Amino acid sequence: MSGEAAIGQQMPPRRRPVPDPRHLQMVALISLLAVNFWMIDFGARPAPTLAAIGASLLTQIVCASLAGLQQLDLRSPFLTGMSLGLLLRADVVWLHAAAGVIAIGSKFLIRHRGKHVFNPSGFAIVVLLLASSHVWVSPGQWGTEIWFAALTALLAIVVLGAARRADIAIFFFVSHAALLLVRAWWLGDPMAIPLHQLQSGSLLIFTFFMISDPRTTPDSMCGRLLFAIAVALLAHYLAFFMQMRPALYFALIALSPAMILLDRMIPAPQFTWNDPAPQGAPK
Amino acid sequence: MTSSALRVLKSGVAAMAIVSQLATAPAHAFCGFYVAQADAKLFNNTSKVVLARDGDQTAITMASDFEGDVKEFAVVVPVPTFIERKQIGVVDPKTIDHLDRYTAPRLVEYHDPDPCTPPLPMMAGPPSGGMQHVTSTLQKRDYGVTIEASYDVAEYDVLILSARESDGLVNWLVDNKYKIPEGAESVLGSYIKQGMRFFVAKVNVDRMKDIGNGYLRPLQVRYQSAKFMVPLRLGTVNARGPQDLIIYALTKKGRIESTNYKTVKIPSDVDVPLYVANEFGPFYKAVFERAVARENMRAVFIEYAWDMGWCDPCAADPLSNKELVEVGARWIGSDDDKAFRSSRPGGSNAYVTRLHVRYDAVSFPEDIVFLETSDRNNFQGRYVLRHPWRGTGICEAATAYIKALPARFAERAKNLENLTGWSHEAIAARMEKGGQSLQVK
Repeated sequence: MSGEAAIGQQMPPRRRPVPDPRHLQMVALISLLAVNFWMIDFGARPAPTLAAIGASLLTQIVCASLAGLQQLDLRSPFLTGMSLGLLLRADVVWLHAAAGVIAIGSKFLIRHRGKHVFNPSGFAIVVLLLASSHVWVSPGQWGTEIWFAALTALLAIVVLGAARRADIAIFFFVSHAALLLVRAWWLGDPMAIPLHQLQSGSLLIFTFFMISDPRTTPDSMCGRLLFAIAVALLAHYLAFFMQMRPALYFALIALSPAMILLDRMIPAPQFTWNDPAPQGAPK
Repeated sequence: MTSSALRVLKSGVAAMAIVSQLATAPAHAFCGFYVAQADAKLFNNTSKVVLARDGDQTAITMASDFEGDVKEFAVVVPVPTFIERKQIGVVDPKTIDHLDRYTAPRLVEYHDPDPCTPPLPMMAGPPSGGMQHVTSTLQKRDYGVTIEASYDVAEYDVLILSARESDGLVNWLVDNKYKIPEGAESVLGSYIKQGMRFFVAKVNVDRMKDIGNGYLRPLQVRYQSAKFMVPLRLGTVNARGPQDLIIYALTKKGRIESTNYKTVKIPSDVDVPLYVANEFGPFYKAVFERAVARENMRAVFIEYAWDMGWCDPCAADPLSNKELVEVGARWIGSDDDKAFRSSRPGGSNAYVTRLHVRYDAVSFPEDIVFLETSDRNNFQGRYVLRHPWRGTGICEAATAYIKALPARFAERAKNLENLTGWSHEAIAARMEKGGQSLQVK
C-alpha cells in the first residue's frame, strides 16, 4: 500500500511544509481497522493483521540491515502490514506473515533506478492468490455503507495535497467510472448498475491507497495518466471478459513493469517521501 | 416438506426468480424451508437454486413453486455457453427439500441441570426439521433468433436460443406464446451483448401425463464457464415487490461469498424464550426481515456454512452420496446410497453454503457474482432454548438459581426483542403465560 524511502542513498535535507502523507495514511488505515473491529465487519481479523504487521516490520529490519541502510524507517512496513490485514483473507494465519515477507522483500529485491517496481502489498496479494489456494480477497465485504464516509476522508487527504500523487487516483477513478458507464450504455443497462459498481469500498481503497502509492507510480503526470488508463482498461478486460477477480490487483501488478518504460519515455523528477520537493537526483 | 404438500404442482418445482417465468401465470409460490413445523410456509415468492461448482464446472438446479396450469409454465434462463442435451437434467424435488431441511436455521434446546447436583447438560436435537431422450434440431427464423438446439427433457421441452437483438428475441418469444413482462427487453438485450444464450423450457403436458408424477421437477443445467453467478435481473422485471432466493452452494474448498454485494452472517447462537418453540417459523421470518432491514436489503445472508461430512446438531439426516451427485457434486467420488462422509483428514471434499437473499431491482441492480473462499469455519443459524430446572431440591445453589431466573428470562426477552423487533410487552406477556416470568418474586 505504501512505498518506502529510497534505499542506500543520502537523504536530502528535510523540509516539511506539508505533513508526511504516510501519517495521514496511517490515520486512515487505523480508522478503517477500528471500524472493522468495532462497527462494520469487513472481514479483517486481529491475529492475521498482527501477523502481517509483525512480518512486514521484521522483514524491513532484516532487509534494511542487509542493505546497509543508515536509517530505519518503520512507517512504510507498518502501513503495508495494516493494508494486508485489511485486504487479504486466508484460512491460516501464517499466510499473512508470508504476505508481509513477500511485500517487503519485493520492495528490496525488485527495483529499477532506485525505485521498487511493485506496490508491496498489491504484489504480495497477487503472488499469494496465484501461488496458494488458501487466500482470497473479499471485495464485496466493504459494502456500500462506508462509501461516503471513506470518500470524504480520502478526499480530505487529496485536498490536503499531502499525497502528491493524488492525480493518479483521480485519473484512475475517472477512467474506471467512464469504462463502466460506457459498458452500461453499450449493454443498455440502467445507470443503477454502474453506480452500484462504483459505490464499492474496495474500489476506493484500491484507488486511494494502492494505485496512488507515490513510490510505485510513474514520475511524470502524463505517465501517471497513461498508467491509470491502462490499469482501468486491463482491469475491465480481466473482470468482464476473463471473469478474473480481483481484477484491479491483477491489472495493477501486471502493468507495474510498464512504469519503467513510461519513466524512460517521459522523464520527470522522482518522488521521495522525505522531501516534498521532488528530487531529480539519480537513485 | 410433507407428502401432502408435494401434491400437484403445489410443491413441485418450476423455475426460479433468477429466471423469469414468462408465461401467463405468475409463478412464485414457494415451499419454504420448514423448521419447527413441517408445513409452515415461511417466505413467499421464494426460489431455490443449488449451485455445485468445481473449478469452472457449474451445475445449477432451479426450483420454486409453481401454482397454476402447467401449460402456462415457462422459464427463460440466461446461460453463459451453448448447452448440450447431456448437460440438462431433472432432479427429484425431494433431494432439494432434503438439502433445504439439512441446512435450515434451527432451534436447539438444553435443559438446565439440577443446581444441587453436578451439572449434566443435555442437548436435544432440533425439531426435525429421467427419463430422457434427445431431439436436437437447428433452425433459423426471421427474428434474428437461432434455435441452437431443441431437447425433450423429461416433462419439459427445452430450447437453447441465441439472438442478435433483444427486440427479435422478444418478438420470437411473444409469437411463441411466451408472455413477456414490460421492461424485459433491455435486460435480454444486455445478456445478448454479453454473449449469453437462453435456456427456454415449457412443459410438455403429454409427456408429463406419461411420466405420471403429477408435479414438475427442478431443472438442472451443467456448463463450463468462468462465470460464477446467478442471473437475477430477469426475475426483477415487473416483479411484485421483493423476492427471496435461497442458494445452496456445494463446493470443494470452502464457503462462497458474493464479490459485488456484502455477505453477512444471520444472527445466531442466541438464547430465546421457550415459547419460540411453538412459533419458530414466524420467529425466524422476523429475524430474517430485521436483518434485511438492518442491511438496507443490500446484503446476502449466510444461514449455514458447513462441511457436508458432518453436522451438529443435524437438522435432518445427512445427504447421501447419490443425492449430492444428483444436485451436481459429481466430484465426491461415489454415487451410492450411503450417507456422505468425510474420507480424508481435514474435512470432506464437499462444503455447503446456504445463502438467503431478499432482492428487488433497486437493491440488487446487477446479478450476484460469487467467489469460492477457502474458509471452512462452520456456521449455522442456531437459536437456543434453555429449559429451566423445575426440581424441588433444596440447597443454597438452588435458591440462588431460582432467584437468578427472572434476570435470565429478561435477557432472553431482550434477545428476542433485538432479533425480531417484537414489542417487549408482548414478549413479556407470552413468557409470563409460558411460566417464564420476568418479575422477581
